[in-house]
Parts: sequence; C-alpha cells; structure tokens
Amino acid sequence: MKRRLAELAHCRAGDKGDTLTLSLFPLVDADYPLLVERVTAEAVKAHLGHLVRGEVIRYELPNLAALHFVCTHALETGVTTSLALDPHGKTLSYALLAMEI
Amino acid sequence: MARHHLRIGAGAGFQSDRIEPAVVLAAQGELDYLVLECLAERTTAVAQQRRAHDPSSGFDPLLEARMEALLPICARTHTRIVTNMGAANPRAAARKVAEIARRLDLKLRVAMVTGDDVTGRLRPDLPVLETGGTLRDFDRVFAANAYLGADALLPALARGADVIVAGRVADASLFLAPMIVEFGWALDDWERLARGALLGHLLECAGQVTGGYFADPGIKDVPDLAHLGFPFVDVDREGFGVISKVPGTGGAVTTWTVKEQLLYEVLDPTAFVTPDVVVDLRGVRIAEVGKDRVAVFGATGSPRPETLKVSVGYHAGWIGEGEISYAGPHARARAQLAADVLRDRLGPDVPSLRVDLIGIDSCHGTDFGHTGEPYEVRLRIAGRTDTRDLAERIGWEVEALATNGPAGGGGFRRSVSDRVGIVSTLIARAEVLTAAAAVEARREAKAR
Repeated sequence: MKRRLAELAHCRAGDKGDTLTLSLFPLVDADYPLLVERVTAEAVKAHLGHLVRGEVIRYELPNLAALHFVCTHALETGVTTSLALDPHGKTLSYALLAMEI
Repeated sequence: MARHHLRIGAGAGFQSDRIEPAVVLAAQGELDYLVLECLAERTTAVAQQRRAHDPSSGFDPLLEARMEALLPICARTHTRIVTNMGAANPRAAARKVAEIARRLDLKLRVAMVTGDDVTGRLRPDLPVLETGGTLRDFDRVFAANAYLGADALLPALARGADVIVAGRVADASLFLAPMIVEFGWALDDWERLARGALLGHLLECAGQVTGGYFADPGIKDVPDLAHLGFPFVDVDREGFGVISKVPGTGGAVTTWTVKEQLLYEVLDPTAFVTPDVVVDLRGVRIAEVGKDRVAVFGATGSPRPETLKVSVGYHAGWIGEGEISYAGPHARARAQLAADVLRDRLGPDVPSLRVDLIGIDSCHGTDFGHTGEPYEVRLRIAGRTDTRDLAERIGWEVEALATNGPAGGGGFRRSVSDRVGIVSTLIARAEVLTAAAAVEARREAKAR
C-alpha cells in the first residue's frame, strides 16, 4: 500500500542561492531504514520533476536518523531574481512530503 | 581569566524579526551575550543601495528600535551585544548606537568592525559560484561584501566593548567569537571551533530552533506559538552545548526542532563551510536532557578555507506584479481565461512572464494530483523587465481586467520593485583587511 511521506516523516526546506535543501526525518526512528530504502535521490528527483532542473544529491545521517537532499538549480535563478511567489522555496518541504512511497 | 561556561542568546534571526522575544531573553535569560543576526543573502546589497542615496544610512532599518528596547536591559544585566546590523555602514550604525546609549544615559562602550566591504575591489576574472562563469558576465555590479569570520570580531571583544556592531559576518561566527575570546580557544583548534560553530549555526535563525517554521497541527504541535521564545545556548569550554529557552515563553526545544535547524541550508553535511572552520556533521548527536533542553555534541572540524565568500549585488532590472481574485462557480475556468488574456497581451513584450493560480499550483507549479475544485482562485502574474515602464504595464493589464476581463474578477493588487540580484565569489583572505575601533556619540547628539 502506498503512503504519503507526510504520514511518515517531517521535513524542512532551506535555500542558498539557486540551491534547495530538504531535510527529511522519520516521525518514528524505526521508519528510518524504510526512508533510506525508498526515498532515494532518483525517486526525489522524479517526484519533484520540473522543480529541480539540476541534480539531487542525498546524504544519509544515521546518527540523526536524517536524510538530507541537496537540489541544484531548483529555485529559478535564486531568491533575488526569481519570479516565483515563494522565491525561497520555503514551501517545498511539503512538496517532498506529498510524495508517495 | 578564562571562563568555564557561557550563555549566549539569539535575539534576532533576520532583519524583520520580532523585538519582544529578545527583550524577554535579555531581561530573564541571564545571558552573557546577546547576538542579533539581521542579514540575509540580499540584505547587505539592498543596504548598499540605501547608502548610495544617503551616506549616513545603509545600516539596519530597525537598528534604533531594537537598540532602544535592548540597550537599557543589557546594560543592567551586563549582557554584551554582538550584531551584524551595521549592514552596509557599520560606522554609522555604531555611532547611532552610541548616540542612543548617551541619550538613555547608559555607559556602554560601542565598537564597530569594518572591512567586509570589498565593493570595487573584485577582479572581473573571479569565478561566479552559481553560474560557472566570471564576474565579467555581470556589468551592473554595485555591491560586494565578504563574509567575515569570528577572527574579525575578536579585537573589539578582547578590548571589552559592550556592543559590537559589524556588517557582513558569517552568521555562526557572531556566536563563535565570544566563545573563542572567553574560553581562550586557539584559532586552529578545529575541534572546539567546529563545536562552537555548530552551536552558532543552530542559534542563528533564532525562533527556528524553538518551534518556529516547524508547527504542523496534529503532527508537530508547538505550545503558545504566538509568543515564541528565542533560544540561548549554555556552552562549556570544550564546546559542549545545551540549547534552551526562557521558561514560560512559547515554543519548544526538542530533538525534532533541533534536528530540523541542524541541517537547515547546509549544502554538504560532511563539510559545512564557515570562515572559521569546516564542520563535519556526520558524528553529531543530540539528546533531550530536560524540558526544553537539548544537548548537542559530536561535531568534528578541519581547517578553515583559504578564501572568504563574497556576496556580489548587481542590478537585475525590474519585476512587475499583479493579482486578481475569482470566486464561486467556475472560479478556476474564469481565472484561467484571465491568464490567457494576460499572456496574449503581455507575452510578446515580457518573455519572462509567469502566471500562477493561487489556490491551485502557485507554490510548486503542480498540485501533485490533488483533486477537487477550489472555491476561489487568485490569479497572480509576474514578469522581469529592463525598464520600470514595462514593469508597471504588467500590473495595469491586470487592473484593466476589471472592465475588460472575465466575469466577477475583484481584489486587484499591483506592484513594481527593482531587483537586486546576488551572486557569490571567493576572495583571498589577504585581500580583506578588517579593523575594529571604539565609537563615540557625536557631540551634537547631546545638544539635541
């Protein structure tokens, strides 16, 4: 059965220039291996589609039970010149949590 | 004599942050230091623009309000203030602080830290980190500020200044500097510097580690979010820290809030670069050690980079925006028709035109398969232009829909703003010369 990540995890988005960071944490630490297995860099890149024009790099941080995604060319041309309503991509944490696994 | 323990508070996490939580923190937090971090990526360049119009300006617009609220308390509680509110003009900012102190009859030593402004001193062949090109590609550069490290703040701290006003300083360094001075850490003690820098990183966004930018009802509930308390860290001379907040304030400090902030805006957790040290976060552990008390340890460090990052501001033209709402039956179809009309009329002149339907897909450009018709939709259009006139036309076209567009459109808004673009480059440390100096209030301030 497919479940939305929002049921399993919490997430924070950050921005540096045109790069978006998404940190993903299981609501229950026991689900961390499941996230590691399913929420791969490729799966995130496919889910975010047009939002990430560059690449998605994933870091595993088992000490923190965290996955950290660094998405390049994801904020139009960067906060300062973007035409987006949310130029920082602050809302994109919930784009990731809308993903089904 | 070196100390064994310090308490450092975060009284602001960005330029427009609330003032009242800093007042509570300063009055009740029993702080040794209060750090006010008020500069985002673009803020200094925008301040450079203001300074170009008026040489006595260019510092943080809320400087007076913050200092008037905080100086009397910090003078009473012997809390030293470290801030980057100098923005593009630390000299004028420090003078303003000295004037406020004099007006309030407070005996405070104010110091300024300069040297981050490298405007006009960048070689055009320097690499632009974001594009892979060089600065030569940007012909309308007007501001360049280097991210100074903690070392730039040390002389003013060591000389006993009560308020240290700097311009662009790396956020975490504002917190690290007091630790270096008070604990006597060496500037190549990479392990302790890494621990301290990480604690600074956790505090630099203030409320974002105490439950701000975090709440999600039913999943991540935060008590009394309306009165969010700001954080402080209790740090010992080994760099071991506990993040907490003043009892009775809103918000929460939990392993979850700390974890989210730990990785916030980190581009590489194996090598988080600061001007002072490169931090490896892979060994970091966090543990709840009491109510609203979370311990952080295990960061490791390696030598600081040989270069400093520089934020370069350039004129990036204009942005024109307009909005209009549609509600009730067929709201989405009417908004869509309005979007088609606007694209038809503006598209040829504004190639960058972007149309969003707020309530549908304005934030992500997709609704990820979400179903159901919205009751109301707000159309928003934006475009980048080279001239102000063309930017104005974007909003006018939206307003013209009042009598010329689909049925039932209302609630127009339009705006025009000039855009400051930011790119980054790197500069050799030797090319950035910092200085610290005590600042006195102007004579005429007393006469006023």
